[in-house]
Amino acid sequence: MTGVTNQSPADGAHRTPAVEVAELAKRYPKAPVDSLAGVSFQVEEGEVFGFLGPNGAGKSTTIGILTTRIRPTRGRALVAGVDVVADPVSARRVLGVVPQQNNLDRSLSVRQNLLFHASYHGVPAGERKRRADALLEQFGLADRPDGRPDDFSGGQIQRMMIARTLMHAPSVLFLDEPSTGLDPAARLFLWEKVAELKAAGTTVVITTHDMDEAATLSDRVAIIDHGTLLALDTPARLVQGMSRERTLDCTVEPGPTGDAVTVGLALGSLAGVRSADQLDDPAGGWRFRVAVDGDAAGYVAPVAQLVHEAGGRLTDVRLGEPNLEDVFIHLTGRALR
Amino acid sequence: MTTEPLPPWGPWRTGLAILRRDLFVTGREFPIFLAQVILQPLFLLFVFGKVLTELGYAQADYKQVLFPGLVALAAVLTGVQSAALPLVIEFSYSNEIEDRLLAPLPVGAVAVEKVIFAAMRGLVAGLVMFPIGVWILGAIPWQASTGVAVIVMMILGSLLGAAMGLILGTYVPPNRINVTFALVLTPLIFTGSSQYPWPSLSHIRWFQVVSACNPMTYVSEGLRGLMAPSVPHIDTWVCFVVAIVFLVVLVVVGMFGFNRRALS
Repeated sequence: MTGVTNQSPADGAHRTPAVEVAELAKRYPKAPVDSLAGVSFQVEEGEVFGFLGPNGAGKSTTIGILTTRIRPTRGRALVAGVDVVADPVSARRVLGVVPQQNNLDRSLSVRQNLLFHASYHGVPAGERKRRADALLEQFGLADRPDGRPDDFSGGQIQRMMIARTLMHAPSVLFLDEPSTGLDPAARLFLWEKVAELKAAGTTVVITTHDMDEAATLSDRVAIIDHGTLLALDTPARLVQGMSRERTLDCTVEPGPTGDAVTVGLALGSLAGVRSADQLDDPAGGWRFRVAVDGDAAGYVAPVAQLVHEAGGRLTDVRLGEPNLEDVFIHLTGRALR
Repeated sequence: MTTEPLPPWGPWRTGLAILRRDLFVTGREFPIFLAQVILQPLFLLFVFGKVLTELGYAQADYKQVLFPGLVALAAVLTGVQSAALPLVIEFSYSNEIEDRLLAPLPVGAVAVEKVIFAAMRGLVAGLVMFPIGVWILGAIPWQASTGVAVIVMMILGSLLGAAMGLILGTYVPPNRINVTFALVLTPLIFTGSSQYPWPSLSHIRWFQVVSACNPMTYVSEGLRGLMAPSVPHIDTWVCFVVAIVFLVVLVVVGMFGFNRRALS
């Protein structure tokens, strides 16, 4: 990592970092380029650290190395002071992983999943039972402890996986894309649990391509793309760096003539407009994010006029303060999804 | 760190905990497991050892040849299946193995546990052939003096099967496992000298050579030499040596495949 300020929380200077990564790189066999191209950062103890980037950016490779499943090509990685390459066995005692996909033991009940996991990690029998009961309660699973994982919903599966990894009380918890595929209620539950874990002193490293999630949960966010760390700071400071900019999110109903590229270019050439990026619209229409200097409201009329001239119809405008998504677009030149 | 430290812990205890999990799951469905492993050898024993001899198509002493061979078959084959099938499923569809790969023990130890557990199942499958043999055949070839050696050879056979299963389970892509099982298991069953004594094949030379390449042959022949020494058989010490050499090679190859799947 070069040219990126690695700012730590004020009180973290003298403690062992929860995660320490230096010049970490990975090239998979037969791959033409590095999946991870020399990344360095630190996560302080008790911090919630967000890894933000599109698919294939290097998030999962970084997490894979930190959780001992991927061997780095070069560089150093420590979790809770333990070198994950030199001593993966010890590292696995201090880290916990919640993967993206269900990897619960289908042959065991929910409670047995928790108990056996703890036995693999050397938690004494009495303590195992005590922790399992407490975690089943805490994660809202106490009413069906004897059910098989296959009989539960996606949100419940994920809660089980978090509860399972907490059985060995890891110092650092890795959550890989935790809210992918969750309904809004399950996502909110997850966010509450992450906040509780932080309050209890657990360090949480979370990968996501969800801007809201990164902004809401994280003390600091690392933005990663093409295996390189582009920025690392608190969400507030990352956004502050773009504070002069305001945005208009425009939804356009395409007309019989004209195409999205022309409209985008025309928007970009308006006086006072810094940039105009087309965003993905799940509904199949056109969406543009127009970044302007000064008061965004003053641009609504010229934008509407211009869209009209290009053959479209402006159906919705949302005026926005810049957010993490804007930071991301600014840094990478493209939208995240 | 904020969490209380766990008590001192050796990786071997994690290995035992994982083995306990496998035994727990097998124990819960033990009757199903038995039915699974017994059925095929049971029918082979019944048709070849009982029906054919009673109808006069096979000589009465054929069971001297057949019984030790079927014990070997049950032990080896159950070892193969008990290692290969779970590995294929856990590495691809269920990802279940991840929780064990993330447990505090070396990755290779997870493979060793798989082999030991599969071999335990193989040994049980071999052992239950004895009461079944007594039940169907009335009497089985057995010499008290070689009892311990028979058990050791059965353990070796189960381990050989489990090591072959480790290779199948880690090298074969999941979408090919059905066809691979058909292409590998059938030849394995019928070239392992379990239904015929290997030395008598001297006038079908090519088949003798093929059989000599099957590790199971040395288990069948070894057990035959120990249980029914009057039947022609390969020298018992040769069987032990070759079986051990096969075991070492298969485990090394299997461990390599396992590490490749477990770490990237």
